[in-house]
Amino acid sequence: MKVPLSWLKDYVDITVSPEELAHRLTMAGTEVEKIERTADWDNVVVGHVHAVNPHPNADRLRLVTVFNGSEEVEVVCGAPNVAEGQTIAYASIGAVLRDAYSEDPEATKRLKKSKIRGVESQGMVCSEKELGLSDEHEGILELETEATPGTPLGEVLGDIVLEAELTPNRPDCLGIVGIAREVAVLTGQELRLPPVDYAESSPGVSSLASVRIDDPDLCPRYTGTVIRGVKIAPSPGWLADRIRAIGERPINNIVDITNYVMFELGQPLHAFDYDRVKNHEVIVRRAAAGEKITTLDDQERKLDADMLLIADPEKGIGLAGVMGGANSEIDDSTTNVFLESATFNGPNNRRTSSTLGLRSQATLRFEKGLRSGLSEIALRRATKLIAEIAGGEVATGIIDEHPGKDSEQQSVSLSREKLSRVLGTELHEEQVTGTLEALGFSVTETADGWSTNIPYWRPDVTLPEDLIEEIARIIGYDEIPVTPPAGRVPTWQPRPETAVRDRIADALVRAGMQEIISYSATNEDDENKIPLAEGMLDHVRLQNAVSADHAVLRRTLRESVLSAVERNLRTWRGPVALFEIGHVFGSAGEGLPEEKIMVTGVFAGPSVEPSWTDPARQADFYDAKGAVEVVLSELHAEGQFAAAVDPALVAGRTAEITVPLAGGARIGVVGELSASARESFDIDSPVVMFELELDKLVSVAAAVGPADIYSPIVRYQDSERDLALLIDRSVPAADVVAIARKNRLVTSASVFDVFEGKGLPEGKKSLAVRIVYQSPNKTLTADEISKSESGILRALEHQLGATLRA
Amino acid sequence: MTSSATEDSISSIKAEALERLSAATDQDSLERWRVEFMGRKGRLTGILRNLGSLAPEERREAGAAANRLKGELEAAFEAQSALNKRAASSAPTDAIDVTLPGRKTRPGRLHPSTQMIREMLAAFNEMGFQTVEGNEVELERYNFDMLNIPADHPARDMQDTIWINRERVGADGGILMRTQTSPMQPRTMEQQDPPVRIVSPGKCFRIEATDATHEWQFHQVEGLAVDEGLSFADLKGTLYEFARRIFGADRKVRFRCDFFPFVEPGVDMSIDWNGRWVEILGAGMVHPQVLRNVGYDPEKYTGFAFGVGPERVAMLKYGIEDIRHFFNNDLRFLSQF
Repeated sequence: MKVPLSWLKDYVDITVSPEELAHRLTMAGTEVEKIERTADWDNVVVGHVHAVNPHPNADRLRLVTVFNGSEEVEVVCGAPNVAEGQTIAYASIGAVLRDAYSEDPEATKRLKKSKIRGVESQGMVCSEKELGLSDEHEGILELETEATPGTPLGEVLGDIVLEAELTPNRPDCLGIVGIAREVAVLTGQELRLPPVDYAESSPGVSSLASVRIDDPDLCPRYTGTVIRGVKIAPSPGWLADRIRAIGERPINNIVDITNYVMFELGQPLHAFDYDRVKNHEVIVRRAAAGEKITTLDDQERKLDADMLLIADPEKGIGLAGVMGGANSEIDDSTTNVFLESATFNGPNNRRTSSTLGLRSQATLRFEKGLRSGLSEIALRRATKLIAEIAGGEVATGIIDEHPGKDSEQQSVSLSREKLSRVLGTELHEEQVTGTLEALGFSVTETADGWSTNIPYWRPDVTLPEDLIEEIARIIGYDEIPVTPPAGRVPTWQPRPETAVRDRIADALVRAGMQEIISYSATNEDDENKIPLAEGMLDHVRLQNAVSADHAVLRRTLRESVLSAVERNLRTWRGPVALFEIGHVFGSAGEGLPEEKIMVTGVFAGPSVEPSWTDPARQADFYDAKGAVEVVLSELHAEGQFAAAVDPALVAGRTAEITVPLAGGARIGVVGELSASARESFDIDSPVVMFELELDKLVSVAAAVGPADIYSPIVRYQDSERDLALLIDRSVPAADVVAIARKNRLVTSASVFDVFEGKGLPEGKKSLAVRIVYQSPNKTLTADEISKSESGILRALEHQLGATLRA
Repeated sequence: MTSSATEDSISSIKAEALERLSAATDQDSLERWRVEFMGRKGRLTGILRNLGSLAPEERREAGAAANRLKGELEAAFEAQSALNKRAASSAPTDAIDVTLPGRKTRPGRLHPSTQMIREMLAAFNEMGFQTVEGNEVELERYNFDMLNIPADHPARDMQDTIWINRERVGADGGILMRTQTSPMQPRTMEQQDPPVRIVSPGKCFRIEATDATHEWQFHQVEGLAVDEGLSFADLKGTLYEFARRIFGADRKVRFRCDFFPFVEPGVDMSIDWNGRWVEILGAGMVHPQVLRNVGYDPEKYTGFAFGVGPERVAMLKYGIEDIRHFFNNDLRFLSQF
């Protein structure tokens, strides 16, 4: 909303700088985003035309003698409307003006001394276009100012305009008077309301026109009047200037006045050509489904049965509170005017305008739900201006249909106790009543506080809390004390999902992985780049996605992380080790979709930064498995990895992960991405990934007891023995380790070397296993260890066919 | 003693001193050398002391020669000392190049949004606010109805909210991508009685034309406190503490009136960023209708709520010029935080 200070000054004296004014309004809720100085010209001043003479060499040019405040100068001018006695804008040599003949509306030119058809021109008399005020270039701009010649033009035409960003609850501030009321309260000045008095002539309005409201739920009040014998003309300069100052275009005096009053008071009005309303009978009714009306913009609109129409007995003549009808429009032939100022239902108005895609300055106000008291004030104000500017006779009295009179809330109360309880401070009685009264609330003291009447311009105030905000924002939020939050701290309720997720994220980061966050929505093409596991739920489709790229909710994080790999392999030379912890979705039919959190990680490119210490190695299966082991180790758990099948992963290089501690539940999968999947992502190098379900990991964490975390340090010496075994290639290392661990003296067993190929029998591999023996009760003797070792070897040979390597 | 005898002894001292100096390859022997030749009772000092017994003519010549030697020996001493130090530090046989880069580890990091969210949560957790999290897909009932957002409010439009099913089904309403993490307010309050202190982080979604400052997906950290006797002053106290934690104690903070349907009075907290006020947080006293909607008595309980965008704060803190970096997953961006 543009607020020209020149206009604001009509209603309130401005006693502080524009900057201070902007600050106070902003703090009180009306944010001033910008202070704009509209017009500032160098070398352009107010001038008087002292004489106009013909140009000796050109019929269409004239020589104009301009008094510029210090001397008379001669200017060559082509404008037809230049005349002696005019006050005009005179630009002297050096002024920078809009280039009126350029295609580019922003183009400027510097005024130089020049001869036009043999006569030297000492400057220029300017048109609106040359001053950048409008596209008007038919003639020169005639100023209506008392300012003496020589006054810089900026002081006459220039203005300071506050650009205010309004909150949606304050339709009153969509009128300059509403802003003026804020300014008056915030600076301690008096508000001057615009006058609404005018002379009435007989006959009474009821003999000239009638109004019937068929649908009072959508129109709680309709006021109207008739002005006969008006003269349609362009608006006087001051009115046209103000219409322009708020960013609108002047049309004619009647239309401009209805717009002016809307921007002044916040109430939209509409003027009909009285003689084009059949029987002078106005009916406010719902449209019939499919009924059509051509609006002022010459568009034919097809209406539905929930749209409110202003009609005469034959036809629609306006779309209520949205836009007038073309068939009853004010034009140059209009002599009699029917003026409407009504209150329409806000939500219905908004629905109509959004259904038709027809937003207007009127709907911007009506949709917020205006109070019915405003319509009569605005009607009288516009009537006064019409009578003054367009002439004509105003009928006696007004039409006032007010079916919603008793359903509107009139008052709201506030208790002292509530005020201090909510604000956390005690206010003086005068602060409360003074503030509310300055804002226009009439205040009555009650036993426990105050009762107030809601003013006609404030539809947003309906609750005691609303009054509290009024008081607080005017006194200033800065005046309210600052206290650390008082009261009880709730009992701590641990939320394991959050805690486990954070621990896992931290563990993966320590393992050298970068966290990523992708969009929750994807598209089917991208989703189909990798085959999905069987039994996956249908995807959830968005009704109004921001783009086709994000039309469905993702069902896995695989595509997210692989897309990130694809992107980064092109721009990043180091290791690409990424993980995401995010929501995935599946359609569950009716109601909310199924939603769960996955932990998905991926490795590609070199395993570490290229370095002189370690040779570069491509990421492989064991990088991904290592990350899973890091996660489980963070939770003090151990996983079992068993060969498994996954449609996106290479057979034989894929394992499913179970955790015996948590009842053997499957928590996820780890493996190498299949060549075909890699191809669809355009990735050349090997990619390995893991995928874990967060809720399974939460169960794992819950299953871990204190004994799984801590055992006392054994005081007796342990012993380490290595076994070199020859065994079938197909036997999993985990089976060997499991057998060793079964021995009650063994505290740990792990594979530290694997060798296949040269020097070994066909189909065999060599495993080196390090086994640690220890007893909690004593230091073991060599004999005891050897006995255990023999037992393990027998079991390995018997169960797995392993032999000690010679 | 004659002058020639003096000069003889000067040249013999010189020869011996220089020879012995070259053998003094550690700091101890070097120090012993210094004491023997240059010390207060050293041999060169002895010669200088004895100059007084010579004839004036001889004294001048011998004195000049002795002082020359003194200068030479001092210079030689410094040179040998520097040589010894270099030798001591380069342990020649098993020396390594200490300027080579250290052994590489992969540098893992949390996403900057996660880092910012955690920083914010830590501030609120320490004030007794517990973290709660919800789903990204929500019921219209929790995202809008329960939060006092009117049925016809523009936020519910297809132009603002991403819908999965706009059709209202019973009290739950339609199904949508949550536009805020505030649904956790009514969801939590339905489950428990006051006191409530929660903070809720998570992804949110809105219809936006994406550009450097607008994203259709973003995170929010939203909080709520409800109890008997909580006031606007407590709201200010909580948010001042938050701002102090996130932006430092010297940062100027201002509270101004603003409007959100689920609070009354409404607050916008801005911070002074290089002389410009930047809104970073919306807040206010919980609207009585929101309390009534979950069965709390607004005459007994009051509360406050607030919401802040971690990406916006991170952009401010680090000078990130384009919000689209956050979900683009480019290591050239992510690896910097």
